[in-house]
Amino acid sequence: MSDVKTRFEVRRAGPLALLQDAGRFGVRRLGVTQGGPADPHAWAWANRLVDNAWGTTALEVTMGGLELDVTQETVIAVCGADLGATLEGNSLPLWESVRVRAGQRLAFAQPVNGLRAYLAVAGGFAAEPVLGSTACVPREGLGGLDGLGHKLEEGDRLGTETPTGMPDAGRRAPDDVRPDYATTPRLALLPGAQIAEFEGRSLYQAFNTAWRVDERADRMGVRLRGPQLRCRLGGMISEGIGLGAVQVPPDGQPIALLNDRQTIGGYPRLGALTPLACGRLAQCLPGQDVHLVATSRERAHSEHRRFRAGFR
Amino acid sequence: MSAVLPRLEPAGLDGWMVRLFDAIDEANMPWLTALVRRCEASFGDALVDLVPSYTTLLVVFDPLAMAPDEARRRLMTLLADLQPDEAGDDAEPRELPTWYDPSVGPELERLAERANMSIEQVIEQHSQAEYRVFALGFAPGFAFMGRVDERIACPRLETPRRRVPRGSVAIAERQTSAYPLVSPGGWNLVGRTSAVLFDRHREGFSLLSVGDRVRFVPVSRAEFERLGGDTRGMEANQ
Repeated sequence: MSDVKTRFEVRRAGPLALLQDAGRFGVRRLGVTQGGPADPHAWAWANRLVDNAWGTTALEVTMGGLELDVTQETVIAVCGADLGATLEGNSLPLWESVRVRAGQRLAFAQPVNGLRAYLAVAGGFAAEPVLGSTACVPREGLGGLDGLGHKLEEGDRLGTETPTGMPDAGRRAPDDVRPDYATTPRLALLPGAQIAEFEGRSLYQAFNTAWRVDERADRMGVRLRGPQLRCRLGGMISEGIGLGAVQVPPDGQPIALLNDRQTIGGYPRLGALTPLACGRLAQCLPGQDVHLVATSRERAHSEHRRFRAGFR
Repeated sequence: MSAVLPRLEPAGLDGWMVRLFDAIDEANMPWLTALVRRCEASFGDALVDLVPSYTTLLVVFDPLAMAPDEARRRLMTLLADLQPDEAGDDAEPRELPTWYDPSVGPELERLAERANMSIEQVIEQHSQAEYRVFALGFAPGFAFMGRVDERIACPRLETPRRRVPRGSVAIAERQTSAYPLVSPGGWNLVGRTSAVLFDRHREGFSLLSVGDRVRFVPVSRAEFERLGGDTRGMEANQ
């Protein structure tokens, strides 16, 4: 990594800023979780605006509070949540590539719209992959800047790989890919094998209720509050859990499992949110409402293909 | 195969759950490991992850490289003539050198009282059995092994510990395990192993894999130390 140049120094770390590539794959059988960006849509757009390939390491900023000093000129893009980001005190345009210069300060304040912002930089952030990935999972002590799963801390120096060419500034994502995270999302869910084990009334409620995002929400999973769902199955023998699985423990309150979930679990599931629905849920603040909407495998598959086709 | 017919269940956009059995049984494992190998050979680059566990195999594939229906057909073919993989059964079991002592296994006494045994008898019960790895999960390299003799089986602690020392050997109900890293945990601790269960620099990363057979081998404090074990008591790890 001799080509790595320090581009930023962390002045204030904020509550949670994590380096994330696409995720850690092929090792879930060892009990190692997936990691990766909680909102792949915003993460992928940030990378794309600075000419980075799919999978390039970007920074996931949750809630805000992060302040970076630019130590060397480069081009960045921030997509996803509006966390009141500023450059030298001026409002930073989101979903747009921006040239930053040595001595400037990039600061994130607090959530204005959405919860997680993605900062991508030309060439991508440099970090040594651990088990094939830079994805930072503090609970497992894997990934991130030092490989040991530490979130960003004050004083950290962020280097980047040397980009093949400097991307243009002022490149904007089309308006129709920029969600308004304050609206109530309809989250596409693929029904799973245990869905028939839920009582009829519970099934009706599952798809006709405004579910409230609970305080207990993080990168492992998001609890939803609403009517108590009843399932004829009690506990199950633990089995693998995919991204977006919506499990229902005995208290009847669903939990949508996200990137840092445990790899196996034993609660019955309504089904699984699509990856894009997971990303949309990950932008919701506690207290916000969401709807679950059943979708078909064909539809989810073609939506996913359309999404991925936009990124190289 | 047993009376159970394998079922393929939807598991999201990129997954199929292969349900091979309905109950936990050591005899499931050679079937599951066989299916793991066959999936690796058949799916090639379209394979993203495999999560074997007790009775099931979750197959995660890249939906851009293989359509879900194609993945399903592929799995049906693999299942049609599946044979158990008994190869691993001829190998010697993995041995985990374990120092059983109340200073690192604070629940030894509780288990002995419940079973109406001496601590020595509890240790003997736990260490003379051969266990099978049913699943890995909870944390990297954490192996759920069974089945523990009913007499020394014991429910989880009512209040989990915030920090369980690395290497702690533990029992919960009829399962046993060893904690690869410091982590919170509610299992009953009976000793500590010097074995390094998860190492990011080692090929394969995890010492144990699903289907492995495992023995806990009692060692003295001196031997445990010689093997690199951490003899500090529970207090030092708080």
